[in-house]
Amino acid sequence: MTSRLAIRAATTLALGVLAFTPAARAAETIDPVADNAAFQKFFTDKFPKLQLKDFVNGPYSMNEDLHKQWEEKEEFPPYEFSLEDGKQMFTTPFKNGKSYADCFPNQGIGIRQNYPYFDDKDGKVVTLELALNRCREANGEAPISYVKDEMAALTAYMAFTSRGKPMDIRIPNDPRALAAYQMGKEYFYTRRGQLNFSCATCHVQSPGQRIRAEVLAPALGILNAMPIYRSEWSGMGTTSRRFITCNSQTRGVPLAPESDEYRNLEYYLSYVSNGLPISGPGARP
Amino acid sequence: MASSIRVRATANGDITEVQALIQHPMDSGFVKDAQGNLIPPHFIQELTFEYDGKPVFVADWGPAVSKDPYVKFSFKGGKKDGELKVSWVDNKGATDTTTAKIQ
Repeated sequence: MTSRLAIRAATTLALGVLAFTPAARAAETIDPVADNAAFQKFFTDKFPKLQLKDFVNGPYSMNEDLHKQWEEKEEFPPYEFSLEDGKQMFTTPFKNGKSYADCFPNQGIGIRQNYPYFDDKDGKVVTLELALNRCREANGEAPISYVKDEMAALTAYMAFTSRGKPMDIRIPNDPRALAAYQMGKEYFYTRRGQLNFSCATCHVQSPGQRIRAEVLAPALGILNAMPIYRSEWSGMGTTSRRFITCNSQTRGVPLAPESDEYRNLEYYLSYVSNGLPISGPGARP
Repeated sequence: MASSIRVRATANGDITEVQALIQHPMDSGFVKDAQGNLIPPHFIQELTFEYDGKPVFVADWGPAVSKDPYVKFSFKGGKKDGELKVSWVDNKGATDTTTAKIQ
């Protein structure tokens, strides 16, 4: 196991050098704490005018005109309808009389910042979406789609009750958790698709720059705003939906929502944004 | 069902600024669904804002307006705590109305 991890770490090192030198130093051994510090330093050095908490607003922190538009948008945000649906769904009991609140610590209020977490029973990463569907199934309800509509509404409400709380992802002292983190990191830095882009190509190398008409968001804090109302979708979408579109936009083959790779990726990407406030639900162009 | 209209109106001196967000599919009639069938047109045709029984903003809309449309305008003569009535009628005859107090 250790030697396999060492090989993985070495590949990341090789890839990391291209896109992202600061983290590369930390890649020889798996050191999430050092990764987190290096990752955040990279962004604060790249954008010295921004404070850490500004990064959660994605492209709106990168561009003054967009920022103005966004401030106006936030007065009347497009996710409001979804948020209300989510609140209603969350508080409506299941057929057996129980509700979502019974499945979560603190009745599900103000806990978004702790997801995804590593479940030591089945040795895998559990995201909020996954936990919600497990909750449904445990109470005899059919699972719902991971990408939009109801799931986005529910997570929008749960994120809303957690707004401002710092992202707080823990990596337990368990080799499987470290491996999941490391695999997520590798996924993030691995190039794929016809365009040969990694996640980092856009969101580490080029945030603030335009890709066609869009301003790219920084990877730091990118998940803190999930779920999002995206004008391009004219609707709400979850983290899974965003990962899938990212993959297909680089002309790669998207994975199934909540597949192990996406869960590990979310684990890694959330961990390196630890300390940044939850700002979801968000609105994006 | 919750109202399909969200309104916020704020009086600032003589000018009242109004913002509204309406939940509506606004199907143009030109879009096909996943099975290749045309989605029939379904859009708001008339949107009215009334203050003090008089219309202050009337919009004749067509299929080119986006889904969940957002409107912002201002008018003269609104007073704080006055009531603003908003209503829409779509091409299927459906309608919704709400009122909001000017803040």
